[in-house]
Amino acid sequence: MWSSCWTYSLNLSSVPGDGDGQSRWCLSQVKGAVDDDVAEADIISAVEFNHSGELLATGDRGGRIVIFQQEQESKNLPQCRAEYNVYSTFQSHEPEFDYLKSLEIEEKINKIRWLPQKNAAHFLLSTNDKTIKLWKISERDKRPEGYNLKEEDGRYRHPSSLTTLRVPVFQPMDLMVEASPRRVYANAHTYHINSISVNSDNETYLSADDLRINLWHLDFTDRSFNIVDIKPANMEELTEVITASEFHPLQCNTFVYGSSKGSVRLCDMRASALCDQHSKLFEEPEDPSTRSFFSEIISSISDVKFSHSGRYMMTRDYLTLKIWDLHMESRPVETYQVHGYLRSKLCSLYENDCIFDKFECCWRGDDSEVMTGSYNNFFRMFNRDAQRDSTLEASWENGSPGCPLKTWRVCTGSRRKRNEIGVDCLDFSRKILYTSWHPQDNIVALATVNNLYIFQEKPN
Amino acid sequence: MEKLKMLFGLAVNEAKLTSQRTRLKNQNGFHLCRLSREVYTFVSPSRMSGSLLNMFSKGTKRKFSDGDEELSDESLVGARVASSYSLQRQSLLDMSLIKLQLCHMLVEPNLCRSVLIANTVRQIQEEMTHDGSWHMVTEAFCGTGQSPSERLVATEVLCRSREQDAEPKLFSVISYEGCREEEVVADETLCSVSVSETVSNVCLAGRIGQCWEKSELSDVERDEEALEDSRLGSGEDEEIDTEDGASTEGPKTIGQVFGTFEIKNGSPGPDSALEELFSDVDTSYYDLDTMLTGMQSAPKMGPYDLLDSLAPSHSSPSIVSPPNCRSDLNELDHIMEIIVGS
Repeated sequence: MWSSCWTYSLNLSSVPGDGDGQSRWCLSQVKGAVDDDVAEADIISAVEFNHSGELLATGDRGGRIVIFQQEQESKNLPQCRAEYNVYSTFQSHEPEFDYLKSLEIEEKINKIRWLPQKNAAHFLLSTNDKTIKLWKISERDKRPEGYNLKEEDGRYRHPSSLTTLRVPVFQPMDLMVEASPRRVYANAHTYHINSISVNSDNETYLSADDLRINLWHLDFTDRSFNIVDIKPANMEELTEVITASEFHPLQCNTFVYGSSKGSVRLCDMRASALCDQHSKLFEEPEDPSTRSFFSEIISSISDVKFSHSGRYMMTRDYLTLKIWDLHMESRPVETYQVHGYLRSKLCSLYENDCIFDKFECCWRGDDSEVMTGSYNNFFRMFNRDAQRDSTLEASWENGSPGCPLKTWRVCTGSRRKRNEIGVDCLDFSRKILYTSWHPQDNIVALATVNNLYIFQEKPN
Repeated sequence: MEKLKMLFGLAVNEAKLTSQRTRLKNQNGFHLCRLSREVYTFVSPSRMSGSLLNMFSKGTKRKFSDGDEELSDESLVGARVASSYSLQRQSLLDMSLIKLQLCHMLVEPNLCRSVLIANTVRQIQEEMTHDGSWHMVTEAFCGTGQSPSERLVATEVLCRSREQDAEPKLFSVISYEGCREEEVVADETLCSVSVSETVSNVCLAGRIGQCWEKSELSDVERDEEALEDSRLGSGEDEEIDTEDGASTEGPKTIGQVFGTFEIKNGSPGPDSALEELFSDVDTSYYDLDTMLTGMQSAPKMGPYDLLDSLAPSHSSPSIVSPPNCRSDLNELDHIMEIIVGS
């Protein structure tokens, strides 16, 4: 499967490029209600494929997690391999009330991370602002029947009515998917948790809030180690917060965290117990010609993701995507403009708070492409090898399944062609913040406000 | 200009205190303006004209400007002298301050967002203390249609904080000039609570209007330094130059920016000025104010009490750690609801 995917992706000469406005991607499915009236609780806030790509988890603001499973019969058919159906739905987090501070704790799911699969069951970590939970999702397709003391419906039989004995046997039953909370990691964060990341050692994970990062062992819920603390002694001196954090995919001692000032620090846990001193600082010097009052805000890192190879790291700030070589701290090796046309609109975006939107980004399985979301339900794909990018729209009106998506262009003046849209016509209430790329195939899942879109790349 | 629209527009859009907000727009047509987490004040629409705003609006009428004063042509010309950059900067500053003020009642506000906005405010403030735009703004004011008495009051109040000040300063009024709400707000948001020093009433009133003028900011900071102890002393030493409006100062330290002040009652002298300042404010709502401000004791507030409450009485952390401020507000809210029996 790997090699066949690579053939599709690298053989670009034979697939329509952006020149004719068509992309290789087509809409596979849309999940969720399609009406305009969106309940706040249904707004999707997390999207994540598992390590095999068979399961796709989404979290919403109502604290629920919905897991989709790749359709087993069709996953080997190139045309409809991106068919996902609901596998399990459960309430992960409930709203809470902090009595000490008289504040509500939102049940909104901030992040979902899957654990690598070790047995038949699937495990994932989900977190809201304060509490992380480990969920076990297991299937049950057999049940024991033929008890001696119990009827089939559960009523107990009177022992005196027994005349024979039998051995209960497992009989097949309708598939039931159960989600049960196995661990609850609570009370370790004063500030809002923004990231969780499972370590490659499969035993520990980190959780990061605005000012601290904690290291947990999956088995222990009553203790966690604080490994980064940037809280100043005097809170008035606070000027920088942690915005994202991730473990290195291969080195279990290495992790990175991004800050609101646009810097990313790489830390080595072998160096010291408290990793306040970074091992590497990735920061691009500011371009003085573009300096404005919004420079700091738009430089704030909204997401940081290691490449699958572990050699590179991608950071997303408000306007750009940057690819960093971990060996070079001074500047990124690649910079992609996601929506540079917004640079002149920063004041309006500041006014309506859009400038604080935190977009996620993701790598393709072979690290050759990266993807991130934008406004107007656009998402951007950047092909690193071919140095090409495309803008696609997540819309259930404009694409029929199987039909290749057309690419868009955002123009600053009036629109001239069909697939152009003026900057002033963009809808900033429709944004794609959460994206995930299938680890092995070219299937992407992304969330608009309340819909989950699944796109697949056309096979050759 | 859009500034005031923004001020209230954002207030309406962002805050979740909808029920309270509608209640608090009282019969006199006063609009609720939240000065800080602790203090609300009422702004008379007729007072919100703000010649300053009017000038910068280039003649466009604002939503709430029912009774605003018309300006002479020459003052409009003077206004246009002010660069659009500083207008935008001021507008950005105001917007930032509003954003810092407004936070959701029930849920902790986003710390990252608050920090970023606070940093932006700090940046603007630093730049404003460095550039020379404040002179133009002053000149623009000279030709305003402001009644001489108002100007004098303001000037007098300002002057009290210094030995003498010949230059006409901008107005220090808290609630008179519509545009000044933001400035007061600015003051509040950037003021932490950890120190309560005896700063005279005069100083407070004087500093409010001065805050966002280049040298005045530094003046005020220096005044504050002169009167307060070394809590702010971590900043640079600044020469005491209380008169020269044109001097440029070194960058403010965070401590100075996040400095605090507190008004003690009973200062002689500026009583009359302050009475006048607050004569328009409807004191009948101060009870509600105190409830909302998180004050445990809620006596009927007079004008000095309002000033008093501008510096929160408990040592809660600054803007960037909202939870503690939030809690008191919510606790009082909760208590009031029980008392009121809602």
